[in-house]
Amino acid sequence: MRMTSIMAAVAATLLTAAPVLAQDVAITGAKVLTGTSVIENGTVLIRNGRVVSVGTAAAPAGIRTIDARGKIVSPGIVAVDSGLATSEVSSVRGTNDLSNSANSLTAAFDVSYGIDPWSFTLPTARLGGVTRAVVTPQHGGSGGGHSHDDSGFDDMTAGAGHGGFQSPGLFAGQAAVISLKDGTDILVKSKVAMTAPFGEAGARVAGGSRGGQFVLFKETLNEVRAYQRNKAAYDRGDMRALSLSRADLEALIPVIEGRMPLIVTVNRASDIRQVLRLAREEGLKVILDGAAEGWLVADEIAAANVPVLIHPITNLPSNFEMRAARMQNAAALNAAGVLIALKGNEGANHRARDIRYNAGNAVSHGLPFEAAIAAITVNPARIFGFAGQFGELKAGAAGDVVIWSGDPLEPLSQPEAVLIDGVEQPLDTARNLQLRDRYLPNAAGNRAPAYTY
Amino acid sequence: MLLNRLRGPSLAVLSCAMGALLLSACATTGEASSSNAQTPVKSESRALATGLNSASDLNPYPSTYAPLPRQNMAIVGATVFDGAGRKIENGVVVVTDGLIAAVGDASTPVPQGYQIVDGRGRFVTPGIIDIHSHLGVYPSPGVQGMSDGNEVTGPNTANVWSEHSVWPQDPGFHTARAGGVTTVQILPGSANLFGGRGVTLRNVPSTTMQGMKFPNAPYGLKMACGENPSRVYGSRNQTPATGMGNMAGFRAGFIAAQDYRDKWNKYRETGQGTPPTRNLQLETIAGVLDGSIMVQNHCYRADEMALMMDMAEEFGFKIKTFHHAIEGYKLAPQLAEAGICAAMWTGWWGFKMEALDGIEENAAIVDAAPNSCAVIHSDDAELIQRLNQEAAASLSAGRRAGMNISEERAISWITLNAAKAIGIEDQTGSLEVGKRADVVIWSANPLSVYARADQVFIDGSLSFDRSNPAYQPVSDFELGQPGFNRPAAGTAQGAR
Repeated sequence: MRMTSIMAAVAATLLTAAPVLAQDVAITGAKVLTGTSVIENGTVLIRNGRVVSVGTAAAPAGIRTIDARGKIVSPGIVAVDSGLATSEVSSVRGTNDLSNSANSLTAAFDVSYGIDPWSFTLPTARLGGVTRAVVTPQHGGSGGGHSHDDSGFDDMTAGAGHGGFQSPGLFAGQAAVISLKDGTDILVKSKVAMTAPFGEAGARVAGGSRGGQFVLFKETLNEVRAYQRNKAAYDRGDMRALSLSRADLEALIPVIEGRMPLIVTVNRASDIRQVLRLAREEGLKVILDGAAEGWLVADEIAAANVPVLIHPITNLPSNFEMRAARMQNAAALNAAGVLIALKGNEGANHRARDIRYNAGNAVSHGLPFEAAIAAITVNPARIFGFAGQFGELKAGAAGDVVIWSGDPLEPLSQPEAVLIDGVEQPLDTARNLQLRDRYLPNAAGNRAPAYTY
Repeated sequence: MLLNRLRGPSLAVLSCAMGALLLSACATTGEASSSNAQTPVKSESRALATGLNSASDLNPYPSTYAPLPRQNMAIVGATVFDGAGRKIENGVVVVTDGLIAAVGDASTPVPQGYQIVDGRGRFVTPGIIDIHSHLGVYPSPGVQGMSDGNEVTGPNTANVWSEHSVWPQDPGFHTARAGGVTTVQILPGSANLFGGRGVTLRNVPSTTMQGMKFPNAPYGLKMACGENPSRVYGSRNQTPATGMGNMAGFRAGFIAAQDYRDKWNKYRETGQGTPPTRNLQLETIAGVLDGSIMVQNHCYRADEMALMMDMAEEFGFKIKTFHHAIEGYKLAPQLAEAGICAAMWTGWWGFKMEALDGIEENAAIVDAAPNSCAVIHSDDAELIQRLNQEAAASLSAGRRAGMNISEERAISWITLNAAKAIGIEDQTGSLEVGKRADVVIWSANPLSVYARADQVFIDGSLSFDRSNPAYQPVSDFELGQPGFNRPAAGTAQGAR
C-alpha cells in the first residue's frame, strides 16, 4: 500500500498551502468534454485564469503543461439550488443562513452576506468536481429528495404579520453565485435570482390554498408596480398601506420588469401550467425548480422557453404534488427541448458531490450523456445569465477545469486535479480527508496516532 | 419458534434443557426453522391462555409468504459476484426449486430441462439487502395519515412492532425492487431510546404484511442513541434530555426487563403463585437479554457506541449492528473484535452534530479490520434504489485513500454482510449452495452508475423484469394517479 507516501504528500501540501496565483497552463492529451462538445486528445490552454483555446493543437512552447493522457477533462460542475458555504451543520440554526423569517425582509433577503469562504463545505464539494454554485435561499418547498435536516422550516400560514407585512412572505429571498476557489473572495455575483415557493408550500404561505396564493401573488406584484410608480408619494407617507416593506418592494422591481429571474419551486403538472400562465400574464422571467411532474407538460414548458432545475432521482409520489414523479423526467424534458440543470441532493451542500451521480442516473434513464454533462456545467451558467463566463471550456470562459481519472459521472472515477480561475486547488485540505487520515490503518493494519504529544 | 436462534447464555434455553418442570417456557407455536431447531416441549399443565403467556406466543402474526411461480434455471455467461467475496468470469448459477444449486465457472454442468438465462455481457449478484428501511411505515405519500414509523409517545416503546405499521402498498417497495433489493428490514424510527421491533420482509408484491414477512427471520429491536431521543424528549421537558439521560433510560429498561424475566422464570420453575402480567415492552427487551431478539442500534458517534458496548456487557446482551455508524471508522478494530456489524452511508454527513464527522471512507476503513462486518444501508426510499452505487462510492473513496479493495468485496457490503447484520446469513445474502435464490442480473457492472437491474429473482421467482411488462408490478396506490400508465421518455411506469 502507498498510504505512507500519500500521508507525507498531504503533510507537504499542508505545509506549503498558501494563496496561489493564476498560472498559465496547458492541459494536454485528454478526452475533453467542453460542455457542448467532445474533443479527443484535446488541449485546453489557460492564460490569466481564463480559457484561451480548446482544440487539438499542441501546447505552446514554454508553458506549464499537465499531461492528462488517459484522463477525462470537463468544465467544473456548477451546483444549482445549493446551500454551499451558507450552512455548516444543517441542524445548527446559528450556522444556517439560507432562510430568514423576519416578515419585513422576504424578497430583499440577500443570501450573499452569509456566505463564508472558510466554510468546510467547500473543500469537500471540490472533491466532487464542483467549482461554482448558485447559493439559493431555502423555503418550505425547498429540497431535493428526502432530507435529514432536522432544523425544520416553519410551515406558518401567512397573514398580516407585524407591521402589516406578509408573514411569512411569498418570496424567500435572492440567490447568489459563488466560486469554490480557495481564498477569501468567492462571491461572483449577488442577487442573481429571486425565489418563491408555489404548489403546496406556496399555498401554505398564502393561507392554505393555491387559489389564495395566486391571487395574493398577483396583488403583491401590483403593489410593487404601484410603489414603483409612486415612490415619492410612498416616501412622503402619502400612499395606501402595502403588504411588503420598502426593501422588499425595491427587491421585486427587477422581477416585475423581467430582468431578474424568479426561481419558482413547483412540482404538480397543473401548478406548472398555472405558473407558466402567471409568468406570461405578469411578464415574469421564471425558472422552474423541481418540476417533478414536468414531463407531463414538457411541450408547454419548452414552448414557454422556461428552464428547469431538476432533481433527477425524485421518482416517488412523496406527496400529492408529485404523484407522476419518474426517473425519466430529465430525459423527457430534454427531449422536448427544455433547457435543464440537474440538482444535487439535500440542497447540494454537504452532498454537493452527488451531483455527478445524479447526472449519471439521469443518463441510465434516458438522458444522453452529453446532455447530462451540459446539465451540470454549461446549462446552469446559461440559466442564470453567465453564458460564456463559466461552466464550459471555451475561449473567454473562466479556467474552471476538472481532470478526472475516468468518466466524471461514475462513482469509481475521482477528480485528480481541480482548477478554478486557472488556479489548481488544494484537494487534501478537506476536513473529511483530514479525519480519514487520522484513522486510516497503515500497511501493517495499525492506525496513525490520532493525537501526537 | 426462534429458540434455535438463541445466542449466548440464555435462561430460557437452560430452562428448556432442564425439562419437565418448565413446560410452558419451552412451548413453541411458530414454524419450525430450517436448522438445528430445538425439540419443542408441549405444555400440558398450567397452560396460560396464549395471549397471556410471554413465551408461548412468539409469532402471532406469522408469515404467509409463498414464492411466486418459478422454474429451475441456470444463468449462464455472466460475471458473477457471489456476495461472499468471489468473482467468477463467464460464470454459471444453477437454481433448483428456488435454491442455489451450483455456482461456478463455465464448466459447471446445467441439468437437463433447465431454463437457460443468457447472462453474457451482464453481471449477477445476490439480491441486495437493506437492513435499514422505513418503507411501508414512512411510505409514499409521506402525508400525516400515513406517517406510522415513530411512536413518539415515550422514550421506551419496545412494545410496538413495526410490522403493525407496514403499508404494503408503498410504491417504494417496487422502486426498491427495480434497484435489485430483495430483502428489507423495516425498522421503527429513532425518536425513542427503545423504538420497537423491526421486521424483515421479502420484497414481493403483497396485500398484507404477512405475505411479505421473511419466514423465521429473527426480530430486531430498534434502539437509538444520541441527539434524536434527547432532542425529542428534552424539548418536552421530559427525560431523556441529555446523553446521560439516554443511558439512564436504556439501563432502566434493561433492569426492568431482567426483573420481568426473573419473575417469569421463577413462576415457571416453581409453578406456584400468580403468573406475572404479560408486558409487551419488557418482553421484547427480555428477548434481547436471552438473545432471541437482535439489537439494531441507531448510534452515530464512536464514544456513544463504546458506551453501548459497555452497557451490553453490564446487562449481558449482544449488540448485533450499529446503524448510521457515522464514526464507525474511529472504532473499527473494536467493532470487529466485538463482532458487531456497522451499517453506514457513504455520502451523508453534516446534517446534524452527530453526523459531522461522516467520511466517504467509513465503510472501507471499518471493513479493513479483521473479522469485520461492514454494511451499506439506506434509511431512504431514494437511496435504497441505488445501494450498489453507494457501495461503489465507498469503494472509490477507499481506493483514493490507497486501500486495496476488490469489487467483489464491496458487493458483500450490500449482500452477505447485510444478511449477517440481521441474522439471515444462513438463508440469503450470497450465491452459495443451499441458500435462497435471491439473484439480480445487472445490465452492466453494478458498481457503475449506468448499471440497471434487468431481472430480479426472489426465491428463484422472477419478480421484476425491466423488459417484460408482465413482471413490472405497480402498487394499488399508483393506479389512476396523474400520469398513470403513460410512458415517460418511452419507458413504461412499471419499468421504473
